[in-house]
Amino acid sequence: MQNDQTQELRRYAEEAAAKAGSGKELYAARTDVQAKLKSFMSGMRDLPKEERPAFGRTVNELKEKIEAVFAAREEELRQKELAARYAAEQVDVTMPGRKREQGALHPVTLVKNQLIDIFAGMGFEVFEGPETETEYYNFTALNTPADHPSRDMQDTFYLGGDLLLRTQTSAGQIRVMQNKKPPIKVLSPGRVFRPDDDATHSPMFHQMEGLVVDKGITLCDLKGMLAEFAAKMFTSETKVRLRPSYFPFTEPSVEVDLSCFVCGGKGCRLCKGTGWIEVLGSGMVNRRVLENCGVDPDEYTGFAFGMGLERIAMLKYGVNNIKNFYDNDVRFLTQFKD
Amino acid sequence: MKVPYSWLKDYVDIDCSAQALQEKLFSCGFEVEELLYLGKDITGVYVGEITAVEKHPDADKLQVCRLYFGEEIGSVQIYTAATNVFVGAKVPAALNGATVLHDGQVMKIKSGKLRGVASDGMMCSGEELGINDDFYPGAEVYGILILDKDTPVGTDIRKVVGLDDYIFDIAVTANRPDCQCILGMAREVAAVLHKPLKMPSFAYTVSEAKGEERNMKVRVEDTALCPRYIGHAVTDIRIGSSPAWMRRRLALCGIRSISNIVDITNFVLLEMGQPMHSFDLDRLSGGEIVVRRAADGEKIQTLDEKEFTLTHENLVICDGAKPVALAGIMGGLNSEITKDTKRVFFESAKFARDNVRRTSRALGQSSDSSARYERGVDAYTTEWGMARALHLVQELGCGCVTNVHIDCNHAETEGKKMTASIAKINSLLGIEVPKDTVADILRRLFFTVEIGKDGDTMSVKVPPYREDVDGWPDLAEEVIRMYGYDNIAPTFLEKASVTSGGLNEAQKRMNKCKDVLRLQGFSESMSYSFLSPKAFDLFRLPADAPERRAAKIVNPLGEDFSLLRTFLAPAMLDNVVRNLRCGNENGRLFEIANVYLPASLPLQAQPVEVKTLCLGAWGDCDLFDLKGAIEAIGDAFGVKFSFRRGQNPFLHPGVTAEILLGTKAVGYIGELDPRLAAEFAIERKTFLGELDYDACARKFTDGIRYKGIPRFPAVRRDLALIADENVACGDIEDVIRRACRAVKEVSLFDVYRGGQVPAGKKSMAFTLSFEGEPEAEKALSPETVDGFVRKILGSLKHNLGAEIRM
Repeated sequence: MQNDQTQELRRYAEEAAAKAGSGKELYAARTDVQAKLKSFMSGMRDLPKEERPAFGRTVNELKEKIEAVFAAREEELRQKELAARYAAEQVDVTMPGRKREQGALHPVTLVKNQLIDIFAGMGFEVFEGPETETEYYNFTALNTPADHPSRDMQDTFYLGGDLLLRTQTSAGQIRVMQNKKPPIKVLSPGRVFRPDDDATHSPMFHQMEGLVVDKGITLCDLKGMLAEFAAKMFTSETKVRLRPSYFPFTEPSVEVDLSCFVCGGKGCRLCKGTGWIEVLGSGMVNRRVLENCGVDPDEYTGFAFGMGLERIAMLKYGVNNIKNFYDNDVRFLTQFKD
Repeated sequence: MKVPYSWLKDYVDIDCSAQALQEKLFSCGFEVEELLYLGKDITGVYVGEITAVEKHPDADKLQVCRLYFGEEIGSVQIYTAATNVFVGAKVPAALNGATVLHDGQVMKIKSGKLRGVASDGMMCSGEELGINDDFYPGAEVYGILILDKDTPVGTDIRKVVGLDDYIFDIAVTANRPDCQCILGMAREVAAVLHKPLKMPSFAYTVSEAKGEERNMKVRVEDTALCPRYIGHAVTDIRIGSSPAWMRRRLALCGIRSISNIVDITNFVLLEMGQPMHSFDLDRLSGGEIVVRRAADGEKIQTLDEKEFTLTHENLVICDGAKPVALAGIMGGLNSEITKDTKRVFFESAKFARDNVRRTSRALGQSSDSSARYERGVDAYTTEWGMARALHLVQELGCGCVTNVHIDCNHAETEGKKMTASIAKINSLLGIEVPKDTVADILRRLFFTVEIGKDGDTMSVKVPPYREDVDGWPDLAEEVIRMYGYDNIAPTFLEKASVTSGGLNEAQKRMNKCKDVLRLQGFSESMSYSFLSPKAFDLFRLPADAPERRAAKIVNPLGEDFSLLRTFLAPAMLDNVVRNLRCGNENGRLFEIANVYLPASLPLQAQPVEVKTLCLGAWGDCDLFDLKGAIEAIGDAFGVKFSFRRGQNPFLHPGVTAEILLGTKAVGYIGELDPRLAAEFAIERKTFLGELDYDACARKFTDGIRYKGIPRFPAVRRDLALIADENVACGDIEDVIRRACRAVKEVSLFDVYRGGQVPAGKKSMAFTLSFEGEPEAEKALSPETVDGFVRKILGSLKHNLGAEIRM
């Protein structure tokens, strides 16, 4: 009889567990089955003493079996619910990500920062002089006296008296040398102004001047340093060519060409078939300039170089119109997210 | 400067191609900007002799000719409409496939047939070959160019008419005025090719003057502006045309032949770089030449019939009564050479370059002469130019050179002397150029060099026309440009001291600030430092606005670029307008640039340059995007900006904030006034801001200092407050912070109007977070926080009339 009841109770529990479709229903079914089990167990009191242990074992077995049934069902239900949640919460991973749209630095700033990085590694400091200057700093001290034809090389915006908008960052050279004793290694980036406004000229543009003054500086050092610059700024295969030129504040003066980094020197549209690209002006600092700044030219020598940042940016990024830099079209500017 | 290859060959035996010479010139400092082959458009044109002329059977106006071109080409039949052809004439004929010029365009010649008669080419006129009488006599006649009867048949026509030649267009640097002439370039060519220079002849003989020219005088009143003046009288002038060789030379350099005397002065200008002038001596009065400054208001009419009113700043050449030339620029019409001129007074002078330049600019009058003088003419060449001109007068047989030679010289004509150490030159170059090579190079460039006993010190005499050379580094340059820059081997500061480089703190901050703005979605723009005076009224600035005190540019590129900017907003607004016109409906830009603030006007000293940040945003954005950007800068540099309602003549009165740092106003942000937006046809909301970057940067702090973290988490409470419409969020925040020190954060998360909120009021919901002291041993109890909240609510009610929403 007891056996029948055990079987029945067990079947009842299995059915109840299977019927429960959720955790909550399963809990209710379990409570119900446990109540039934309890009342079944209470029948032990009516049994003769010698049968009680056997009954006890039976009940325990039954209890364990029922627990196992419910545990299995519980696990089954949990898996089912999880699967349903997974299905419900599925996202379309191809939808766009969420980010703050970043702006970009101006390409001239990018080039300036790259150049500063390169030359800072060689021990250069950065000095930014004033954009409005006196004739003395912009011309006279740079060995360009008033009647000198080289003043005509650079037309100048005048502000009245001896004041002007600087035509070259070389003006900063003088200020540096007046305030610092050699060894000097300084970069001087900034805005410069010349009254030219056509397809290839802008009345305002940016230059970066470099100046080295120390004992025993040679033209070979100038070439070596610029070779290092060219390799880092463009490609490691970039070659440097010096050719004679004229600037009042350097002697000898050289124009510096780099081998074309597009065609590698074979000749292409960028280098107009010559294999070389004119990149900067340079030379050994003129003795008179050193004297003007109180540096003894018999003890120290030095070199200076100057380049147009827009020109470098045009070469490096393939921009073909200098006006792009000042139109500030966001479709242009936002391309320079570096 | 244009240099004909054929002319150079007069002075140097050039044994390389024009292209090779171009390379050589490039290597020693003369960039050939263009190498033009004169005959490039004329191909397949040969000299033929007409052997027969017949009428075309079916075309009245055409003649059918047979031409013989020698054995190689043979005979060809060509018809022509020209009437000046005859049997035995030598003519240029373009054969099938040739190219000639037609109305200045290149035209290809093809065989053709007209009414049954074949024509295998075209006989050419001078115009079709692109030449005039100066290239070949008779080139300008109407019809076919009839060549000299001795011209060999079958010759390429380019060799006959002077088109087989190159023009080097050479960029001469400003320090080398001595190379502004054919002879000057020839000196360089001779040096770079290791060839001797064949000097032209300067020899002439003089005859005793018989006429009044004997008493001719020259007086130079201003020797600073005219350091040397040489005059020479030539009589028995026979004005005529110049010989073909001279006319062609002038033509190659773009100068038309006028008459023998005028051509001689132009020839000397081109050949020697010495501008010359010739006066008709019979039209000079008073028997003298006076070089003086013009009187104010004095007038002169120049050769090109333009009249100028002069000032004391202009130098003039006068006869006994009146100005007869504008010194160094152009002669006067009143003493011009005419076909009847019998006596000439030649002038060869040196005028101060800056005075010529200033006069030329002031009067807007220039010439080949003034261009030379502006770059510099040396006093030495003045003498040789005159000698060369007198030689040419005798060579051309067009006058009698008298002994009336007047030389007013106040200039140094001897070459400079200097000593230089070869070791020093090499130490500047960084390579070892052998001392004999150094001396040889300098000698090839006509320096006199003696090496002293020590084997190092050179005594050098500089050629007198090399005014640019004034120290041993100049000699170093001469040496290396001839020795070759390819010999410079790169080294990396072998002897220099080690220095530490990099940006200073202020420069690093600037970069960081730009990065902060970039990460806030703003792109960097750059605009001109100029400002239009129209901007002040456009931006409705009051008459006494400080922005109106802007420095003026004396020589601006037009009115819109005539001031140095005192604020950046106009440039930023330009950017917005330009972008919208391109269809860029949204954008955020920033610029950090100087404004220029004069201490006094007109400028007495450099204006103060103040770095200023300008923000501009349009389209999908509002004021709080700009405010957020400013706050982000504050966060990055450890400063706290505050904002209060502000006013600005060009901004929306309700959407403008003043930015403060401490108690100092440092800028503004706001929406562009809709009235201005309408004027600029801006249809998207536009926001502008400016910040005095320099003033802020002085307060910026860097470096990170760690503060302890409290052991217990912060406690958050939300408060919904009802306040009057005019109570600002910032006011509430201030009161909350002042009421309770434990408040670490106050953030607004909702503003609500309407519904249960009475009219004229708004509901604002804040989240407050409370933190105990870092070293506190216990977490904040709910009771403590309740106490804080009660205190805060009391203070809000008392100060702002704000109450908790029930």
